[in-house]
Amino acid sequence: MEDIAVKQYTFKDFQSDQEVRWCPGCDDYVILRSMLKALPEMEVKKEDVVFISGIGCSSRFPYYVDSYGMHGIHGRAAAIASGVKLANPNLSVWVATGDGDAMAIGGNHFIHVLRRNLDLNIVLFNNEIYGLTKGQFSPTSVLGQKTKSSPYGNTQPPFQPGELAIGARARFFARIGGNTPKEMTKLFIDAEKFKGTSLIEVLQNCVIFNDGCFTNYTDKAVKDEQQLHVEHGEPMIFGKNKDKGLILDGLTLKIVTIGEDNIEEKDLLVHDAKCENEIMHHMLINLRYPLVTGIIRSVEEPTLEEREAELTEQVKSNSNFSKVDDLFFSGETYEVK
Amino acid sequence: MTLDKTKTTAKKKVEQVNAVVIRFVGDSGDGMQLTGTQFTDTSAMFGNDVATFPNYPSEIRAPQGSLYGVSGFQVHIGSVEISTPGDDLDLLVAMNPAGLKTNLKAVKAGHTIIVDTDSFTKKNLQKAEYETNPLEDGSLENYRVIEVAMTSLTREALKGLGLDNKSIVRSKNMFALGMVYWMYGRDMKHTLDFFEKKFKFKPIIAEANSKVIKTGYFFAETLELIPNSYSIAPSTMPKGTYRIVNGNTATAWGFLAAAEKSGLELYLGSYPITPATDILHELVKHKHFGVKAFQAEDEIAGITSTIGAAFAGDLAITTTSGPGLALKGEAIGLAMMTELPIVVVNVQRGGPSTGLPTRTEQSDLLQAMYGRNGESPVIVIAASSPADCFDYAFEASKLALEHMTPVILLTDGYIANGSEPWKIKSIKDMPDIKPNIITNDSEGYGPFDRDNDSLARNWAIPGTPGLEHRIGGLEKNEFTGNVSHDPLNHESMTNIRAEKVKRVENYIPDLTPEYAEEGDLLVVGWGGTYGSLHSAVRDMSKDGYKIGHAHFHYINPMSKNTADVFSRFKKIIVCELNKGQLSFVLKGKFNQYDFLQYNKVQGLPFSVIDLKAKFKTLIKED
Repeated sequence: MEDIAVKQYTFKDFQSDQEVRWCPGCDDYVILRSMLKALPEMEVKKEDVVFISGIGCSSRFPYYVDSYGMHGIHGRAAAIASGVKLANPNLSVWVATGDGDAMAIGGNHFIHVLRRNLDLNIVLFNNEIYGLTKGQFSPTSVLGQKTKSSPYGNTQPPFQPGELAIGARARFFARIGGNTPKEMTKLFIDAEKFKGTSLIEVLQNCVIFNDGCFTNYTDKAVKDEQQLHVEHGEPMIFGKNKDKGLILDGLTLKIVTIGEDNIEEKDLLVHDAKCENEIMHHMLINLRYPLVTGIIRSVEEPTLEEREAELTEQVKSNSNFSKVDDLFFSGETYEVK
Repeated sequence: MTLDKTKTTAKKKVEQVNAVVIRFVGDSGDGMQLTGTQFTDTSAMFGNDVATFPNYPSEIRAPQGSLYGVSGFQVHIGSVEISTPGDDLDLLVAMNPAGLKTNLKAVKAGHTIIVDTDSFTKKNLQKAEYETNPLEDGSLENYRVIEVAMTSLTREALKGLGLDNKSIVRSKNMFALGMVYWMYGRDMKHTLDFFEKKFKFKPIIAEANSKVIKTGYFFAETLELIPNSYSIAPSTMPKGTYRIVNGNTATAWGFLAAAEKSGLELYLGSYPITPATDILHELVKHKHFGVKAFQAEDEIAGITSTIGAAFAGDLAITTTSGPGLALKGEAIGLAMMTELPIVVVNVQRGGPSTGLPTRTEQSDLLQAMYGRNGESPVIVIAASSPADCFDYAFEASKLALEHMTPVILLTDGYIANGSEPWKIKSIKDMPDIKPNIITNDSEGYGPFDRDNDSLARNWAIPGTPGLEHRIGGLEKNEFTGNVSHDPLNHESMTNIRAEKVKRVENYIPDLTPEYAEEGDLLVVGWGGTYGSLHSAVRDMSKDGYKIGHAHFHYINPMSKNTADVFSRFKKIIVCELNKGQLSFVLKGKFNQYDFLQYNKVQGLPFSVIDLKAKFKTLIKED
């Protein structure tokens, strides 16, 4: 019998022969390396991996992975990927997209792909700026941000990607700093394992047009104090000394210190990523201090392709038609003699 | 013409006719489409050739009795070849004053109008903007008007059945149908069977409808106002098994056949738009064939998901109408650049912008040809009748899959909603479809390696080991397929993509003019005007004119013998339901010929009478 187990791939198996052309120092390199490390761990055949992208710096991604891939048109990656997955549900389909690509020009596809819950993985490179068009504000740029198209400061309030995703009924949402390859690699593997649309927001620093936009959260010196990395089933603890945590105070999250005011570790909130009710996930997404990273939401339910397959089987078993001739010659036909 | 209502005829005469045109009109809720369809099916099964044309408002249930809420169904039946739903009417059945007012002009002088007098109330007359009652003011003098109190007679017939008033009034269309069945010697059996099947679980409704149609039938038989009935002999169509199809159904079925023949699964990505939506409605039914029909969030997702499905190895199509084609333009460019096989169906409607959604027009030809950024030729073909939508949907799939290029298939609202007999084609009678799929990398595969003859690139489908590759909208190197901005490479790739589409001319049939190989006048058309042009040329040819008809199904590229056909006629006239779009293309390609134009943009098909008048003038001018 042929061995159907997936062969053990290495980083190099997924590395394409194309020269990577992002700016030196860009977090995109971290994302690419994390992905190339994650892919061999996914138990997916190389020929079954498909990367789809739209337009933007992030969207060059498919060229750098030696798998099947398509560099599409601006904003449409999620829709192209939906077609790929519906055509062949056995494929592992990935979308590489940016904040402009996914939430401005492609906003409609972004919300609908999340609503439908196809088993796709979307990596959202959020750098709060338009890079490839050289520095205009994006739908995640903060108020007051000075850019080439907002020289006096941005007046358009931003989206919070996670909040938009939850509103669109996302089942899997994770957030990760662009400078943490180890955690990112693990997240990519978790996203692939999750059955349904996974959205991973990477806080990706653009060294040229928006350098340092996440430094307050992601810089090594402050990261432990500023970020709370959640794990399902674990208490919400953060801080260099692991001494801070979150509790629920009325309808808001409150930061407490273990050992103060009789607070013990067991008083802290325990993260439940699998809770269907999204209110806590929503609160975690919107928290700015600490900034929550990790898998915030992970709630499985049937995917679109599963629902479609089930329905197709049902229709097939109730139908007398198996070939088109059965249809063409059925019903109201008549003979001309 | 006044009719003597007192005179009786002992036995009614039967008059032989070759063809008749009948139109049923009423409120959009009056069931005119059903009435017309029943008459059509019954006539077709009797052996007549038929062609139909429904005409309905874009409002779903327009205010009752209003002029813009009139829904109509026209059917042309004959013992002779029928190519169009007909121009002027032999019989108009008007269920209300608004229907009479909006359709009267189409009735031939001296011919018959049946009206439901019960609906000619003061209120309805006002809604139809009649100042005086046309049944009383002499304005219908030139017609033979049969006044029937259909609503009251229907109510009378259904007395004691226990039906509510609404259901009673709703079945009056069957009274009208019964009358018309008697007048044209039709058997009621098909319709009676239809009721039984349709209302299997509502036997009272089936009984009511059967009762009303019979009442109408016998009423006509005894009514002195109708002195005779007509007989239309079966036509001499080729032997075989037939069914009545409309263009949208035939289009959908053509794709089903192409999927089965090519061995690929069918994917449809679509967003609802009039008048293309019925193709989606049809294909979603066929999950038993494994059809994946995806109603997307917008037109763009409709086509881009289609591109994704094509990349993943399906026969992938998207369906739309004019405004949707505009939205899909950029994505067609992507499919063209990545050289993926997709079919884009554009069921044209009146434009520009939202235009006339439920009316027909041929004004998207230039959009299909040129409506994209950059040098981006695609194959453009057009279906020409309801039934041949089947063949051209199949052909569009074959060309896309074998030449690795997007194909735009143009149909229009007229043939999409119109119906005619289709001599059913079995899958075994259809030509093979051989997509250029490769499954191993033994010969150093490159995604842009091409077939030497057709220039179609290899199709390596995700899931195939060893053939992993990336494609995209950026220009790529001619040999490696890698992204390239090299100036000479770009020019070379631009030429290759153009040449690939041009070489399709080696795989398509010649243009063959009908009725004359040479002569005084060549009538040129494309798409859904075939029936009207064909009828006009046929009639004139019979009368001895040296006139031919060349109808284009292949617009990009064109058949190789096109210039040769043009050279054999003294004059060429290009007839289109637009302001001259094919003319524009022809003038650019064949500037050695003078192309005269005949254009109409009223949202309506050509009138055969008008066409003949125009053609005769042109021939006489010499």
